[in-house]
Amino acid sequence: MLEIKNLHARVEDKPILRGVDLTVNAGEVHAIMGPNGSGKSTLAGVLAGRDSYEVTQGEIRYNGADLLELAPEERAREGLFLAFQYPVEIPGVNNGYFLKAALNAVRKERGEPELDAMEFMKLVKEKLKLLGMDPAFLNRSVNQGFSGGEKKRNEIFQMAVLQPKLAVLDETDSGLDIDALRIVAEGVNALRHPERAIVVVTHYQRLLNYIVPDFVHVLSDGRIVKSGGKELALELEDKGYGWIDQAAEPAGAKA
Amino acid sequence: MTVAEAQDLYSSQFDRLQALRQTEPAWLRELRVSAFDQFRREGFPTIRDEEFRFTPVAGIANRAFEPTFDGARSEPVAADLRAQVLVPGLQASEVLFANGRYSPELSSLRTLPKGVRVESLAHVLATEPELIEPYLHRFIKFEMQGFTPLNTAFAVDGAVIILPDNAVVAEPLHLVFLSQGAAPFATHPRVLVVAGRQSQATIVETYAGVGEYFTNAVTEFIAAEGSHIDHYRVQRESLSASHISSMHVHLDRAATFSSHAIILGGGLARNDVNAVLDGEGINCTLNGLYLVDGKRLVDTHTTIDHAKPHCESHELYKGILDQQGRGVFNGKIFVRQDAQKTDAKQTNKVLLLSDEATINTKPQLEIFADDVKCTHGATIGQLSAEQMFYLRARGIGKAEAQAILIHAFASDIVERIQVEPLRDQLEQVLLSRLPLEA
Repeated sequence: MLEIKNLHARVEDKPILRGVDLTVNAGEVHAIMGPNGSGKSTLAGVLAGRDSYEVTQGEIRYNGADLLELAPEERAREGLFLAFQYPVEIPGVNNGYFLKAALNAVRKERGEPELDAMEFMKLVKEKLKLLGMDPAFLNRSVNQGFSGGEKKRNEIFQMAVLQPKLAVLDETDSGLDIDALRIVAEGVNALRHPERAIVVVTHYQRLLNYIVPDFVHVLSDGRIVKSGGKELALELEDKGYGWIDQAAEPAGAKA
Repeated sequence: MTVAEAQDLYSSQFDRLQALRQTEPAWLRELRVSAFDQFRREGFPTIRDEEFRFTPVAGIANRAFEPTFDGARSEPVAADLRAQVLVPGLQASEVLFANGRYSPELSSLRTLPKGVRVESLAHVLATEPELIEPYLHRFIKFEMQGFTPLNTAFAVDGAVIILPDNAVVAEPLHLVFLSQGAAPFATHPRVLVVAGRQSQATIVETYAGVGEYFTNAVTEFIAAEGSHIDHYRVQRESLSASHISSMHVHLDRAATFSSHAIILGGGLARNDVNAVLDGEGINCTLNGLYLVDGKRLVDTHTTIDHAKPHCESHELYKGILDQQGRGVFNGKIFVRQDAQKTDAKQTNKVLLLSDEATINTKPQLEIFADDVKCTHGATIGQLSAEQMFYLRARGIGKAEAQAILIHAFASDIVERIQVEPLRDQLEQVLLSRLPLEA
């Protein structure tokens, strides 16, 4: 579904990603872990099409297409979803209106009819329940005045409504207390599906107790330096990222 | 035509007006003569005048506009123009003016509470001018150079609204000024609202038109103790018209006044709002939204004069500027020595959608009291890249995302409109105008 080859990207003049290779197949859950500044959020941003990152080398194939050629909205319509690390507040834009516009854009791309207000509400109420959210929340402005936990829940709620093929969760666990973390994880787990892939970007192993990954990758200094199964996350928790950095040193010297 | 020639033209027009209106009472004739003298003395402002530094009015000053005071222009306004501005679902008395003159057949007054007067100025001047003698022009403190006196000299029609003490007019009063003609012409509509003690009303002024013309409107509010006035001004003039307006609000003790200006039209639009808070416990709100595109220029000057203690004023103006549009906002607040415990807040927010659009915004606070709370702020920005990305990352296309964000910026003002059908209509009008470049 997703194939990243030798991806290099920079912010302004600073190289952040320096040769990422990653393959994600349908039905898989991948965790990308790494210390601060390793390039995790850059990778998530490049996947979603954030234009503050410049790709200087490499390619990304998504369901056979050249992902980097697509505008952010085209990626979203093709089923790529980024749960933002810092969801953006948009005063004056009603949550419900926003979500309906997004859903209909995605449905249109899939060749499905647009939902009318009634159908939309039915769908949305069901998903709100899943995330334990109050329907009144639809009438609020997008993320405005939301607590950190509400913002993250809103991301997962949007994901549940939009039903993406590939979901990228960028530090969705940061700032969540354990109850909110459980709810968010349940929301994500409910979306696990043989035809859907999920990439969880996180600094901490904690989230992976609830969203158990099939693969864990360690990103360090812009490269994936180690890949393994879910037990790798526990090892990281145990030994810290310093262990990986040391292990990665020779690889860096070779390149 | 030079400015001097244009002035001579106004002089000969004024002579003709005086000749035509010899039956007017002496006080009114004196008022006109003194106003016209003032106009002759001051002339139209130029960009050398501080209050017009960024707003050249040469397009008005050196032109010959046909006058309308003689009633010669009786071309009917098109029905579709009227249909555009009438507010669907609004239960309101409609008072309609075609090219500056009251049109009884296009107006419809609903049943009004006892003693409430809603009349055309022409009718009042012809039949009982003494009704307005104590008020007309008497409470104006800050005139707009050239234009306010020109209106006083030439005003022959408009609306007179008189609310007796304790009168509550539940349904809005909608004053509609439509302009449409073959040759460029000038109108000087005058609106006088006198609100008695504890009276209450909602007044909507709409200005709209087709083609090339010059509207020079003056609106006066004289609000007695405890009165409550909500005012809306919807300016949808033709994009080749010039619209100059000055509003003069005089508030007495414990009065509540709010005005919302929605400025969508006019090639050149200058909007002055002046409020004198001349009693304790007054609450005054002045809000506005202006859209400037093409090569249009929209200028708003407000003055809030806190003369007495314990008053509040709130002011929020938002501008959306695109293409080569030019915006000007100047917000003066005076807090007189006597006006302790004043709470004044002023904000101007501007959204710039193009590199070529310009805004000059200037808060001007002059505070002579020492125990007051006054804040002001101006923000100028572009569409947020973060917000754009968030919307697009959910599948919403670039153009739609822009439209959503611009609309959100504007709706902050529109949502404050308390008259629901008017709010709904303006939402629709905005949706059709936004984004501006479309």
